[in-house]
This record gives sequence, structure tokens and C-alpha cells, in this order.
Amino acid sequence: MTDLTSLTLAEAREGLANKSFTSLELTDAHLGAIEAARALNAFVMETPDQARAMARAVDAKIAKGEGGPLAGIPLGIKDLFATRDVRTTACSKILGDFVPTYESTITSQLWRDGAVMLGKLNNDEFAMGSSNETSCFGPVVNPWRRDGSNTTLVPGGSSGGSASAVAALLCMGATATDTGGSIRQPAAFTGTVGIKPTYGRCSRWGIVAFASSLDQAGPIARTVRDSAILMRSMAGHDPKDTTSADRAVPDYEAAIGKSVKGMKIGIPREYRLDGMPQEIEKLWSEGAAWLKAAGAELVDVSLPHTKYALPAYYIVAPAEASSNLARYDGVRYGLRVPGRSIGEQYENTRAEGFGAEVRRRVMIGTYVLSAGYYDAYYLRAQKVRTLIKRDFEDCFAKGVHAILTPATPSAAFGIGEKGADPVEMYLNDIFTVTVNMAGLPGIAVPAGKDTQGLPLGLQLIGRPFDEETLFSLGEVIEQAAGRFTPARWW
Amino acid sequence: MSAASGKLIKGATGDWETVIGLEVHAQVTSNSKLFSGASTEFGGEPNSHVSLVDAAMPGMLPVINEECVRQAVRTGLGLNAKINLRSVFDRKNYFYPDSPQGYQISQYLSPVVGEGEVVLELDGGKTATVGIERLHLEQDAGKLLHDRSPNLSYVDLNRCGVALMEIVSKPEIRDAEQAKAYVTKLRSILRYLGTCDGDMEKGSLRADVNVSVRRAGTTELGTRCEIKNMNSISFMGDAIEYEARRQIEIIEDGGSIDQETRLYDPGKGETRSMRSKEEAHDYRYFPDPDLLPLEFSEAYVAEIKAGLPELPDQKKARFIADFGLSPYDASVLVAERESADFYETVLAGLADKARDGKLAANWVINELFGRLNKEGRDITGSPVSAEQLSAIVDLIGEGTISGKIAKDLFEIVWTEGGDPRALVESRGMKQVTDLGANEKEVDEIIAANPDKVAQARAKPQLAGWFVGQVMKSSGGKANPQAVNDLLKSKLGI
Repeated sequence: MTDLTSLTLAEAREGLANKSFTSLELTDAHLGAIEAARALNAFVMETPDQARAMARAVDAKIAKGEGGPLAGIPLGIKDLFATRDVRTTACSKILGDFVPTYESTITSQLWRDGAVMLGKLNNDEFAMGSSNETSCFGPVVNPWRRDGSNTTLVPGGSSGGSASAVAALLCMGATATDTGGSIRQPAAFTGTVGIKPTYGRCSRWGIVAFASSLDQAGPIARTVRDSAILMRSMAGHDPKDTTSADRAVPDYEAAIGKSVKGMKIGIPREYRLDGMPQEIEKLWSEGAAWLKAAGAELVDVSLPHTKYALPAYYIVAPAEASSNLARYDGVRYGLRVPGRSIGEQYENTRAEGFGAEVRRRVMIGTYVLSAGYYDAYYLRAQKVRTLIKRDFEDCFAKGVHAILTPATPSAAFGIGEKGADPVEMYLNDIFTVTVNMAGLPGIAVPAGKDTQGLPLGLQLIGRPFDEETLFSLGEVIEQAAGRFTPARWW
Repeated sequence: MSAASGKLIKGATGDWETVIGLEVHAQVTSNSKLFSGASTEFGGEPNSHVSLVDAAMPGMLPVINEECVRQAVRTGLGLNAKINLRSVFDRKNYFYPDSPQGYQISQYLSPVVGEGEVVLELDGGKTATVGIERLHLEQDAGKLLHDRSPNLSYVDLNRCGVALMEIVSKPEIRDAEQAKAYVTKLRSILRYLGTCDGDMEKGSLRADVNVSVRRAGTTELGTRCEIKNMNSISFMGDAIEYEARRQIEIIEDGGSIDQETRLYDPGKGETRSMRSKEEAHDYRYFPDPDLLPLEFSEAYVAEIKAGLPELPDQKKARFIADFGLSPYDASVLVAERESADFYETVLAGLADKARDGKLAANWVINELFGRLNKEGRDITGSPVSAEQLSAIVDLIGEGTISGKIAKDLFEIVWTEGGDPRALVESRGMKQVTDLGANEKEVDEIIAANPDKVAQARAKPQLAGWFVGQVMKSSGGKANPQAVNDLLKSKLGI
């Protein structure tokens, strides 16, 4: 059955349509793989019974020729997505054994299109982290290892479970969310493809909120085509989310293989950091060369406010988070640690329920919104955000179709290696946060390996709602770089 | 705009002026809540009108209820206020179990409605204008139930998320009477507009009252105290009087006022401290990232404006101009929408509105309201319908019955019901306008009272005595005007 898990989503779709195998067989193959890969800690909740029931139901539909675009495809769901009758915790102790009575818009669209849920995937607590080490269920292990080393590496975060599970062939694709890089950075760390769509492209309804103005869901998959297939089912307007965009969802898959000839690709000089590893520099030049070879035109561009993006992000995101997380108070659901007064109950519950990184961000956010500090921090950060957005607008106004950058400043690092200094951890997002601040789409595509054999990714940043161009360009890189699959050790 | 002067308070060291500003919270009349589809119905089982959004379940998002926005714009227009075509919802962050989100969605820097004004009706027919600072939309909180368990509090979220309009006045109110007149007028406008039912007992309308004092003749504002959650107009008046005197005493004793929030205890008739400025929350307002700014066009506002009903001030002016009502009577009629509607229905039923409009007003105010008050009923439960009252007024106006008979007729209609015109026929209450019949009586009375005749010739006003005598002997059925005319010609005056 191992061969079934190694199929791409597109290949499996064909096999199911041809009746080469059933969804139940495909699902069982993945459930077996999940069971055998518990060392990775990618899943925090396996739902084999539901998975088989969904697979059987969809097999019946396929037999009648009624399957949807994702009919029979087994997926993993980040634990940030509310799933009806299935525990949803955002990997925080404070949600305890919370079981929603509702289904997030995105997952309900996936089930509508025939997908099968294998279970819930690990993530950084409330999506706050870049290594998946802040989860209350413990860290996720990257299926990749350095050549000749047994050191366990992080898969990146916050969608570490999603990236690890997709890379390790535990699911054909996974939902993920990205607030500052949480789809693209783990995709780059695991040799998978991850796209953060334009803000408003996907509904946020039913996704546990981290920072509302930055959060956006997207898929992690093994190929650019697979991510395009998933995007089509995930995207769409939702009247329950007023920030979602009321515009038609294109057939993203049709963009795969489309010529990129004559497209202008911006190479932003501000992304060339001092002390950037040579191999990242090399990867970037290679990527540019591949696009050029495919007929694209490379242009130097400037995004002058890039250096302010990370500090501004670490004001805006915690500010919104401090307010979004106020609802976890022990009164209505989740963990409650009693006290002698309501104030004490709040303090006890939140002190015990939130992990250190979440507490740190709640405190930062509370501080920057406080009377007397609001103007100096939050308001200024919002102004910086406007300037960052304008940088991109100016660039696109000059005819640039997409911007090419490295996805991360390094390859995956060891578990526990970067715990001491939070700022060192935050620097992981240096190439990705600007995209969230500007609300743009960004895709991370694996493009090569570092000297120790770990995958590295490149990022393409697109115009608002032009995910299609990113899929076209992403596939050019994929074709040139090949695919990256970790050797199985677990 | 300058405030009308108010009643000064005599202190030990001189006269003091009270400065009052009000924040009125008015529950928006709407079927569902401000950001969720849950019902706004009053009095359901605890937690029976709660959506996932109201309970702040993980991943839930607010969606603006456009009807509530419409109501706020209607209200703004009714207050002659500036409508802001772009406004922003902010989060007001604080922890309390009645606020499941951990923040209230409100409007802080950019409210939906800007400056406007309310004209107050004061004693003696005087008016005063109070400026409106702003009106914004916000969520109501839930309710804590402390009496169900000795050591636990329960939470009822039925009200949580219901739309409120916070209407903030300028500090242009100068005494308790003006404050009461302000809330009364505001409530009347809201009820005319149908944007708030104004039911203070159910908490649909409540006021936070900011009170400070200063020496008469000075212009600087003193330190204010805020009296929270007044849901009775008369208690609010008492609270203001008490609070002003409390502050004057402190200052005259050499003390100073601490800015604080206070509560009024109607049982003891006093205010007491709830929390001081130091304990005040830092609400950490910031724009709610889940909601887009609220934007609408001039055309949208114009369309709402075109659909506004006639408001009390306009109605009052029309009653005065068209029917010659006194400003006082007109004010009484327009104060409540139901009264005004009743009067308008009476008018509509009259054969000659121009002639009898004022007479109809007298009948509504004196006979009908008087009787309703006496029996503790309100206009909606009046046993005499507007149509019946129109008929009674018509009968007087056309001279079929006298005012005195009309009172008897009113009594019959009140207790027994029936068509007034038919009653007049069937019970022989018709006024005798047959001059021949009256002439005989007039002649007799003139003949029997030569001394009065002499007096009346010297002083024509005294002829009224003869009219009274004729009316008495006719059992009230004579037409007093006709009798008067006849007398004048007989007496040659």
C-alpha cells in the first residue's frame, strides 16, 4: 500500500476516477502510514473511523459518477480549524477537550468536494511559533534529517504538523494557516509546496483566530498542481466573514503549465541580507535563472520599507492576538482553574492554560495597545504597514508580475536549538511577514538542498488575487528543481 | 451653541450652577442582534437567544446587521445630526463574564453619527436647545445572576450583542429639570422614529449622567462624577439634585471632587462611589480587524431621510399653525407618539378640521386625558375611540349639542359605548335651536327680572346671566349662542 501514499493528489484523483483503487483503500494506506509515523507527532488527533466512513460514502458517490473535485482524497486538517464533533484545540491547553458543534467554512468546502478527513494536525499553540515547538502536544519532528545525522529537526511552524505530514506521505495534502509565514516557512523546511493566498481569498470563519488582519488559510501539498487543486476548493466568498472577497474562484489548475514568457519578475535588493548563507544566495540566483530560461524577464526592484516589516509585524500581530485570545477565560468552554474571585479565576486559568510564547505575545500586545503607548507602537506599526503595502503597489505598477525571494534565511534547525532568544526565532519570518502585512499571495516552492542535504525553498509574491501567476511560475521552478522526498527513517 | 440657564443651587457661600452631560444607551429596535442572527426578544429563558458569535466560540466572526445601521442613521437624522458616511468599529477590551469576547465592539474615534441637537420643552412653554456630541453603535453586554447560588454567579447572554445606540450630549444641561426634559424629549423622538421602544423598565433606555458644579457666573468646568445606569427619569432628577449638593458641600468645606463613577440608590436617595479614576479600565481601543469600516453613500442617507416620519417638533409647529393650538397644548399632544396619533385620527374624522381642530384638542387633552389619568389608563386602552370623539366634537361644532350636553354624551360613550350621533337622537339630547321655543322663555325671564334688565343694559356683559337662566330652564338643550343673540336683540344691547 506504500505506493498509494506516494502518489500525488492529482495522480490519486486519476486512479480513483479510473477505479484503479477505492478511496477506502487510499484512506487505509494513509491511516497505516500515520500509525507508523507517530514518532513525527504530526497528528494530535487521528480520526480513522470518520475517515473510513467518509471514504465509503465517497466511494458510493464515485461509483454513481457523482464525486466532487476532491472525491476520495484523504487530507489532514490543522488543529486551528473547527471540525464538528472532532476535538479542536489550536494545540493549546486552554481549549482542553473542546469539541465544536460547527464546521469551519474551509473544511466544510473540502468535505463538500469529497475530501476525506484523516485527523487533526499539530501546530504551534494558537499558531504562534516558527518551529512547532510551542504546541501543548509537544514538538513536531521534521521527516528530514541532515545527511548522516540523527538530530531531530523542526518542521517549521506554525503549520509544522501539516508540512511534516505532507512531506512524510501521511496525507495527500493538508490545510494550514499563515499569519507571518506559517504556511511558507514549514513548506520550505520540509520540501513541500505551500501557498498563502491573498487576504480575503479564503474564509476565516471557524478558524481559531490569531491576528485577524493577517491570518489567511491555504494548503500545503507535495506539488504545485496539488496545491492549485486544493486552493480551488478552499477559496471563495463567505457571507459569514465580512473580510472575505466576493469574487469568482478561478480554475487554478488551469494555470499550471501556462507560459511565463514575457513575465516580469522582480528581484528585491532589500531581501539580500548581510551574512545570508551562501547556499541561500545561490538558490535564489538559480531560481531566477530558471525563470529567465522559461522566458521571464528579471528586473531589480526596491521594497525600501522591508526592514521595518518584522518589528511592525511583532506589534500588530500580538496586539490583535491579545484581544482575540481574551475569550479564553474559563467561563464558557475549555480549561477552567477556579479561584476565589472571577479575577483570580481568569488569572489561574490563563496562567495555566497558555504556554510561554502565547503569554509573551499577549503581554506584548496588551502593552502596545495601552493608553500612552498606542500611538508610539500600534499606530506607528499600522503606518509602516501602509508603507510596506505601497512598496509592493509601486513595484507592481511598474509592470512586475511577481517577486522572487528566498522563503527562509536558513534550512530547518534542530529541536531546542533556538529556544532561548525569541527574537532569533522571529527572524525566521523575515522574508514572509511582508506578504502578510501587505495582504498579498505568496507561494513557497522547494528549489534545492543545502550542503547538509536539507530542502530549501523559494518564495514568489504575487499581485492581489493573482494566485494563478504564482502557480504558473511555481511550476517552472518545480520542473527545474525536481521534487524532494525525505528518506524514511521512522 | 450656548446652554439655557438653569436653576441655581444656593450654597453656604453663594450660588452654584450644575453642569450636566448625558450618555444615553438606547436599545435599537431590530429583530436580531448587532453582529449575529440571534433574537433580541426580551424575557426569554436564560441563554435561549445566544448564537455561536454571541458566546464568542473559537473562530466566530461578527457580521454587521444592516437594519441596526439603518436605525442609527434614522436616529441621527431625527436628531438633526451629521451622518458620517464612513465610520469604524473598534474593540473596547475588558474582562468580565458578561462580555464573552473579552471586548465590546463599539465605535470610538469614528462614530456613525456626529453633532446634532435636541430642543427641550421646559415649564411655562419655554424651550432650550441641547447639543448632541455623537451617536455610535455598540454591543450590549450579558447579565450576571447572583441570586441563584450562594457561591457561584450565573451568566445569561440573551442580551449580549444586542445593538445599542450610545447618544452623547454636550455638557449643556444646567439642572435636573432640563436633564429630565432632555431624556423625555430624546425618548419621544426615538419612539416617533421607531428606532428604540424607550421602555426604561426593561432597560431599553438608560442613562449615564455626568455631573459637575461651579460657582454661578464662572465658565470653567468642575471635576465631574458619572452616575451610572439610571433607568428612571424621576430617579435621575433626584440623583442629579443629590449629587450636585454633595459636590457643593465638599467644595465649600474646602475639599475637592474626585473624578469617579457613582451609583444612585433610590431607597436611600443618595449616590455612592463605585470606582475611582485610578481603578478605571484601560480599554485598549483599536479598530476591530474582523470588520470593514462602515461605509455608505449620500443616496443611502437621502433615501432614509425621505422615509422619516413627522417628528414631534414638526408636528407641534403644524398643530399650532393649522389649528391655532397653544404651544402648551400642542406639546402635550405630541409628547407621546400614541397621543399625537390619536389626535390626528380625531382630526381626520372631523367634518370641519379648520373650525373644530382646536376644540378637538381641548377634548382630547381635558376630557379624554383627564379621564384616562383618573383611571390610570393610557391612550392605547381608551374606551372612547378617536372616531367616537370626532363625532362628539362634530356634534358640538355644528351646534347640535352644547358643550355641557357633550360631557354627558362623553360619559355615556365612555361607559356604554355606541355611536354618539345615534345616541343624541335616541336619547333626545339634541340642542334646541328652535328660536320660537327659546323666545318664549327669554320673554318670560326678561319680564320677571326688570332690575337685571336695567343692569344688563348698563353693562352688556351681564347679559350672560340671562343666557344661564335660559339654559337652566331648557335643561341644557338650548343653543347658548342662539340664546345670546336673541337676548341681545330683545334687550337692545
